Amino acid sequence: MNKIFKGQIIKNQAFAENVYLISLNLSSRIDAKPGQFFILRVNDRFDPLLGRPFSVFDLEDNKLSFLYRVKGKGTKILSNLPEGEKIQITGPFGKWYPFPKDDYVVIAGGIGIASVFYLMKKFPKKAYLFYGAREKSEILFFEKLKELANYIYISTECGSADYKGIVTEAFKEKGMHLNFPIYACGPMVMIKELKNLLKNKKEIPCFVAVEERMACGLGACLGCVIETKDGLKRVCTEGPVFPINDLKL
Amino acid sequence: MKPLTEVKIGKLTLKNPVLTASGTFGYGLEYSQFLDLNLLGGIIIKGLSLNPKEGNPPPRIYETPCGMLNSIGLQNIGLNAFVKEKLPILKRFDTKIIVNFFGENLDEYIELAGKLDATDGIHALEMNVSCPNKKSEWRKMGLNPELLKKAVREVRRVTKKTLIIKLSPQVTDIEEMAKVCEEEGADALSLINTIPAMVIDIKTRKSIIGNPIGGLSGPAIRPIAVRMVWEASKAVEIPIIGIGGITSAEDALQFLIAGARAFAVGTANFINPLCSIEVIEGIERFLIEEGIKDINEIIGTFQQ
Repeated sequence: MNKIFKGQIIKNQAFAENVYLISLNLSSRIDAKPGQFFILRVNDRFDPLLGRPFSVFDLEDNKLSFLYRVKGKGTKILSNLPEGEKIQITGPFGKWYPFPKDDYVVIAGGIGIASVFYLMKKFPKKAYLFYGAREKSEILFFEKLKELANYIYISTECGSADYKGIVTEAFKEKGMHLNFPIYACGPMVMIKELKNLLKNKKEIPCFVAVEERMACGLGACLGCVIETKDGLKRVCTEGPVFPINDLKL
Repeated sequence: MKPLTEVKIGKLTLKNPVLTASGTFGYGLEYSQFLDLNLLGGIIIKGLSLNPKEGNPPPRIYETPCGMLNSIGLQNIGLNAFVKEKLPILKRFDTKIIVNFFGENLDEYIELAGKLDATDGIHALEMNVSCPNKKSEWRKMGLNPELLKKAVREVRRVTKKTLIIKLSPQVTDIEEMAKVCEEEGADALSLINTIPAMVIDIKTRKSIIGNPIGGLSGPAIRPIAVRMVWEASKAVEIPIIGIGGITSAEDALQFLIAGARAFAVGTANFINPLCSIEVIEGIERFLIEEGIKDINEIIGTFQQ
């Protein structure tokens, strides 16, 4: 059951350049699954007009958290909201990552970690995590992730971590032999690379969370569609998690 | 005492003047998880065509100052799927179901209107003559009084249900278009549809959405909509449904004062799924505060 409610900001702090973690206290307990998302309105006015969709980063009882990057007007306003402020939240929306039954692989590029963190928290000590960013300062929650994952391999483009290069290359070198389901979130170029890498390993299920500009989040406006092998699908309803082979990239 | 909020649109009696605008409320059921659809005066269903339609390529939406641009392209599941899958559930609600419809050509409009007329559970038809996302020779029907006259006349022949014509804002003389519809037997008018608009990505020099032109909606267009409702209401006797950027009871009341007998909440449904209900409650509060016993007393009371 989707809901509309008010969340009170407990914390809203910068974690890296332009990356913030916001935690909200909700008036009632809710349930959301890894990969699902909520829409936050950054104010009560209609400027900016639309709410902003974010994957659930963490959820414990009444405390809901999102990791977000300041990218435009809406996230800029959001990043300036003080503790104590109440904002409108709707959700949870969308399809979640199918639950892993045993070991699994996670591939996260940059802010994509926001979508898979909760998955690793719900299914700890089973993930082979490949996590990439431009530089080491952008690798977030490293200590926590070390606890959650079974194996962790960090790549940076500048070469200040385990691997120098992009995360799909790191996965190609260290993870291609793993015959576990793959969960991935990151920029579209990463998803494209990954699909390419996996073209001869179609027996391995791979689920990716994607994003698209979105208005309602509940399947009514048809604004957030993307191309799939079965035609246009709504990211908010049929997604945001899709089998990678369903996507036309 | 609770004020009277019933209004009449053609043969329909709405329990209150609050509708949800076509294209912003899906098939209604998407919102039933958020609000009690029984509380609404009516639901205007997303534009239906005879056959399913996939719509325009993504990206389809872009936020603009106090508004949004869309090029959904009238994606819909088609008449048969609507009647089979959605309507039986919608029938359980005590609210009026108004189906927005369009065709690729006049014959399709006529065929579809006839089928909608014959379908139980559909209370009224809203004819789309003005969507900027439609590609056909008839896409300019709403801009051309002769084409509009012919189209309304032909569609009027095939339906006895309340026929609402949804007008385009893209005309210099809205009064003329309103009169044409009234003369040809339309029961009501709804206005405005989105305003054709563009946003350009300066790096790629392409449109920010999948089509060069999209439809602009939201609070940004409200003052234009209020003005056009006022102009149209002076020109015709048939009732008008005001649409354009309503987010609150205060916004909606402007439309009623300008001369609309009902109104539809549109884009705001995307942002606050409870908006339509909050508008109903806000209007009731306003009427009580102002000592107005019947909402009809406020309609068309604009003072010059």
